[in-house]
Amino acid sequence: MVLLSILSIPFIAAIILLFVKHNEKANYIAIASSGITLALALNIAFNGAANFDASWISSINARFVLTADGLAKILLLLTGISFPAIFIATSKNEIKNRPQFLSLMLFTQTGLLGVFLAGDALLFYFFWELALIPVYFLCSIWGGEKRIAVTFKFFIYTFLGSLFMLIGIILVYTHTADQSFAIQSFKEASLSAGQQLTAFALFFTAFAIKMPIFPLHTWQPDAYEQSPTAVTMVLSAVMVKMGLYGVMRWLMPLFPNAFSAHSNFVVILSVIGILYASFIAIRQDDMKRLIAYSSIAHIGLMSAALFANNEIGAQGVLIQLFSHGVNVLGLWIIADIIEQQTGTRSLKEMGGLAKQNPTLGILLVGFAFANIALPLTNAFIGEFLMFNSLFQFKPWIAAAAGVSVVLAAIYTLNMVQKCAYGEVSKKMSKMQAPNVPAQFVLIVLLIVVIISGVYPAPLFDLTADTLQQLFIK
Amino acid sequence: MNAIIASALLGVLMMFASWIFDNEKTHTRIALVGLLALIVANLLQLNGIYTIPVDYKGLLSFTQFGLYVNTILFILTFLYVWLNGDEIAKIGNHAADFYALFFFILCGASILTSFNNLLMLFIGVEILSIPLYILTGADKKNLNSNEAALKYFLMGAFSTGIFLLGITFIYGATGTFQLIAPTVNPATGMAREQLMQSAGLILIFVSFNFKVSAAPFHFWTPDVYDGAPTVFTSFMATIVKATAIIAFVVLFHSQYKALGYAWELLLTFVLISTLFVGNITAVFQRSVKRMLAYSSIAQVGFMLFALYGPTNFANEGILLYIMAYSVASIGLFGVLIKMKDYSFEAFNGLAKKEPLLAAMTTIFTLSLAGIPLTGGFFAKYYMLNAAVQSGVGLWLVALAILFAAVSIYYYFKLIQAMYFVEGAPAMHELEQGYKYKLLVFAILILALGILPNVFLSYLYF
Repeated sequence: MVLLSILSIPFIAAIILLFVKHNEKANYIAIASSGITLALALNIAFNGAANFDASWISSINARFVLTADGLAKILLLLTGISFPAIFIATSKNEIKNRPQFLSLMLFTQTGLLGVFLAGDALLFYFFWELALIPVYFLCSIWGGEKRIAVTFKFFIYTFLGSLFMLIGIILVYTHTADQSFAIQSFKEASLSAGQQLTAFALFFTAFAIKMPIFPLHTWQPDAYEQSPTAVTMVLSAVMVKMGLYGVMRWLMPLFPNAFSAHSNFVVILSVIGILYASFIAIRQDDMKRLIAYSSIAHIGLMSAALFANNEIGAQGVLIQLFSHGVNVLGLWIIADIIEQQTGTRSLKEMGGLAKQNPTLGILLVGFAFANIALPLTNAFIGEFLMFNSLFQFKPWIAAAAGVSVVLAAIYTLNMVQKCAYGEVSKKMSKMQAPNVPAQFVLIVLLIVVIISGVYPAPLFDLTADTLQQLFIK
Repeated sequence: MNAIIASALLGVLMMFASWIFDNEKTHTRIALVGLLALIVANLLQLNGIYTIPVDYKGLLSFTQFGLYVNTILFILTFLYVWLNGDEIAKIGNHAADFYALFFFILCGASILTSFNNLLMLFIGVEILSIPLYILTGADKKNLNSNEAALKYFLMGAFSTGIFLLGITFIYGATGTFQLIAPTVNPATGMAREQLMQSAGLILIFVSFNFKVSAAPFHFWTPDVYDGAPTVFTSFMATIVKATAIIAFVVLFHSQYKALGYAWELLLTFVLISTLFVGNITAVFQRSVKRMLAYSSIAQVGFMLFALYGPTNFANEGILLYIMAYSVASIGLFGVLIKMKDYSFEAFNGLAKKEPLLAAMTTIFTLSLAGIPLTGGFFAKYYMLNAAVQSGVGLWLVALAILFAAVSIYYYFKLIQAMYFVEGAPAMHELEQGYKYKLLVFAILILALGILPNVFLSYLYF
């Protein structure tokens, strides 16, 4: 029942928000509902929860099944933390029709939670698409200048991908013994090698677009740049994880043979993507675009480690799913504060943040370190494990991917340098009093970064069962 | 049987209603009551409570499926009249005449859902079609409407000829009008009679393609849908089309084996060209009404997937499809009627002026595009699954899905106009009640999209 309630709370709050007129009230409702969701997520993560299973469409044997294993729990935690953080951090931003905006955000959260909890292929697909629709409206209504074209590209891309997954689902479904959409039946479906390959390709397309893996990434930087920052945070902190989640939940267990047969190919694509995105990130002057490309690089590393198909890599990815979300969220919030107060995203026009607002400067450095994965930060553990797995997979690939660590240091530190140090620039001098709620959120997130960097054991315990399912038959 | 008799009687009653009552609103009320009576009469038979005893000599066969389709069609018509009553009254002199035609159409529809004999099929198709020609030309002072009616009539007459020719061939081959499941001996191949039967079936196939406006027999559709008064386009594109496609599916589920391999080839050809023509042409339309005409062709492309074989998915899916498609289309046409201008630009800024109306339009559009949470998703899903189960190649399914992605383009153009572009839409006056009526359609779409089970369970009583 807990699983059902974590799904219904944001949904109900979203519906209530449709009828709210007052901005402040809307804020409270959104923050309260996402707070409750976070509490429930913590409860599920550390106390466990029974499966929820109800009949849905009986004639085709599709059931409304919600389950929470380690993989789902870690993403529940991430979703749980992200939304209140985003709501609080952006509570002072000027947003037209804030109640509707928040309502759509909560619909998105519902979709995301549904994706992570669904234990039935059709239900999974259902939520997968559902998470996309509100984002389409969020970006197209509240986004930047080129929002309509960019969002449409983003929508068509991901929609097409998920349609391919739908064919994959139909294909596997018709070969299940009991004609059902349950994960277990899908795992036991009797597919020939060729069919397995087809299904693998169909599922993979959807996940690869969502992650995104090079060369299917072209929608992402534009979409991140043009979306309102609150939505960018959702997109890059939580939504891209849907792709990785899909790989771990569906691709690996369902098509093990096709998966290992094509791991080389995907790993190489991912590594190309990492290097490509890192090099572009170095050249960026726009802070939002820089973070976007850095995020592509990080996700690329995660997909490479995942497709290296060994236990240590999967462990690293499981940890990093959470860590990357928190880190990138921190960076976005800082970028958003700067943009809101100074009106610029261009690094050239920045400088002197440390003098103007020391706290924010320190926070920026903290998250920048986490972005480079320095020891003591959460990202170190995940990246260490992932590089380890790539080394086991093929040393030269680990070496190639390792270059990205250096590149990450270059672009991240460059950003810190241009933004925080030097003389106070004209634009930066517009920095006013600190944005208290946002900085509060940042401090909490930084504490999470450091705690999970120093003492990651709870995250390991949380995900042990998923690893066992994936690798010990 | 109940439905056939009741609808014919009600049609006649309705004709005289305009003599007795002068008020158009009264006509609408009588029609609504009549439709309710029709629904009840049909439900009596569906639930096995009472059936008018008629010896129909095996010409008809009443199945759970057919009777349930009747129920759906009647309820859809009821909702349609309930929503559009005032608009219908604005056209022509007596609304009652149009309602009479509706009842005759429903009479044809209830024959089409329960035929067991080619002659009954023919009669059903004709009873269904002839009132349509009149409805198309109902706006007598509008040249477009006249042109559309004439075009429709000429083309329709032509397709009727082809239909009859097909029946003649089959009669020549089998010596009966009764529908007999064909048997082909694979060892000896087709005998001469069987070849004749196949030729007849192909002719009927062509004629049905015309009726459901599948490409390459679709040319009448855009002009007729565009020329006819919008309320009647709404009726033709939904309830009538749904009936034709159901008859199409029922007929060929029992007969397709006679065509052997040729069947898959023929159907695939028609299906691909329908999807292609419908979707690609819709992209270039400037008028929403014409876009909907082409999109209705594209939707037929998806419905044709049900014809590959009589699987459970095909039967349930086609029901879901006609429900989701009809409800969404009636709703969308209902919005369109209230616009003064039918171009996409006319919808600019609708979300600001009429947020509820825009939200409902979005739901209808999303359903037509097949997005989850709306009925259209499951409709499309069932069709694709039916295709895969009947052994259709995955490439065809992938192609259909590519076209579904194309359809996003023109459907979302409407959403983009309403939400993301500023403007002042010119509208006819809009009562609050009308919006609430439309809300019922939107809720139905969502219900179909969340719990399709509820609507299908009736099939298995």
